[in-house]
Amino acid sequence: MRIQYDRAACQGHNRCYLLAPELFDVDDEGYAILLVEGEVPTDLEGKARLAADNCPEYAITLEA
Amino acid sequence: MTDQTTPPRPRPAPEERPAPVDWATDWDHTHEAYAAAAPEIWDDLRGRCPVAHTDRFGGAWLPTSHQDVSAVAHDTTHFTSRSVIVSDFKPTAPAPVGFAPPITSDPPFHEFARRLLLPAFSPKAVRPLEATTRELCGGLIDTMLDGLAEGEDTVDVATAYSQHIPVQVIAHMLGVPPTDGDRFRVFIHRILEKPGQTGPTDTEDTMISYLEGVIADHRATPRDDLIGYLLDLEIEGRPLGDDHILGTVALLLIAGIDTTWSAIGASIWHLAQHPEHRRRLVEEPEVMPFAVEEMLRAYAPVTMARLVAEDVELGGQQLHKDDWVLLPFPSANRDPEAFDQPDEVVLDRERNRHAAFGLGIHRCLGSNLARMELRVALEEWVRRVPDFELADAEAVRWSTGQVRGPRQLPIRLLATRPGGPR
Repeated sequence: MRIQYDRAACQGHNRCYLLAPELFDVDDEGYAILLVEGEVPTDLEGKARLAADNCPEYAITLEA
Repeated sequence: MTDQTTPPRPRPAPEERPAPVDWATDWDHTHEAYAAAAPEIWDDLRGRCPVAHTDRFGGAWLPTSHQDVSAVAHDTTHFTSRSVIVSDFKPTAPAPVGFAPPITSDPPFHEFARRLLLPAFSPKAVRPLEATTRELCGGLIDTMLDGLAEGEDTVDVATAYSQHIPVQVIAHMLGVPPTDGDRFRVFIHRILEKPGQTGPTDTEDTMISYLEGVIADHRATPRDDLIGYLLDLEIEGRPLGDDHILGTVALLLIAGIDTTWSAIGASIWHLAQHPEHRRRLVEEPEVMPFAVEEMLRAYAPVTMARLVAEDVELGGQQLHKDDWVLLPFPSANRDPEAFDQPDEVVLDRERNRHAAFGLGIHRCLGSNLARMELRVALEEWVRRVPDFELADAEAVRWSTGQVRGPRQLPIRLLATRPGGPR
């Protein structure tokens, strides 16, 4: 599973950081920082799905 | 301006508005009938007239679908945030700054004003406030339980618990006495519940006058709190203007209080009627973060407004410059096009892109703080009061205006636990 994060769409809702801190950090202003590049570690796929499914701005996309 | 040399003559209170006959053509969100049945009204409108209109307030629109609410929230070209509270009076404060930056600001000034504040409300900045909030909630429950007479088992959770939590947290952050909480609530009632409809007020008793005093006091005695932080900020080497500081503190006070108080009250109202949900939160505390988001979705307290900046079409309706548009985020959260089982509270809902904190560039600046307060308030409540029910469903009263939550909430306590170590 591949993950992408659109910084321009992010409005700092911070749902991803709350649900998947292994995959997302936040900067000092509360905007997300994607911690992995491209491929999601297999054991974190569930969390990646949660982060994507709870982003109100559709800023996170997954590809199987 | 009032002539200071003659005593002011009392003006009569404004007349009560007539009840709307059809919400599609004559809606009024400041009316008690709207407050009592807002979710049903949104569902009805979404089905037959998704962008409703009213001639009240000088002309205003009410989109009810997630798609239309989201489209307006994301479109800062056709819609201005110059005023976000619908009233009979359209503001004259010029964009892009507005009375209370950044919520009343438009691009490009908006981003600038917002970035000044974001660091104070990031998840990491909010985290240290959790312990203070938890202690505060425990103290409120102690006071509430200690205040019960022998044999008495009913409390008004809105007035004994919910309303005090955000008031005291924001007082702590701003560096003003917690005992000023009662005054904050009066200001907020006047501004949000009946905008422009509460008659004249003494100048010294206004929020602006109060805040001028608080800011002057902080200037005289600098300290390390949120107002101190604002006073230290600079724009291109110069301190923020007095109006900017006052507007921002006013915003934090107004936006930070009865919004969160409403979310806490609505959640307890829900749990009071759902024993299976109360039990689950007591037995599976790990569900709480999901439950908090689901309560925010189902009972989102905040509706914001925009003014039309340029003529535009929305959902088949032609909107004209200077019309109001109300943005009911709670209605977007109940749209079946956007959510499975929108009318059900699914405590551990896994797909939940709720819009309780708004969408687009004006996403609630305090959302991390509000979320923490709501979670801690519910955690402490179910820990100390694991079982409870509505004492009188008929006595529950919901607020009018753009912030929706129970203002009277009589709850019967069926089981309570002492405080002490967790």
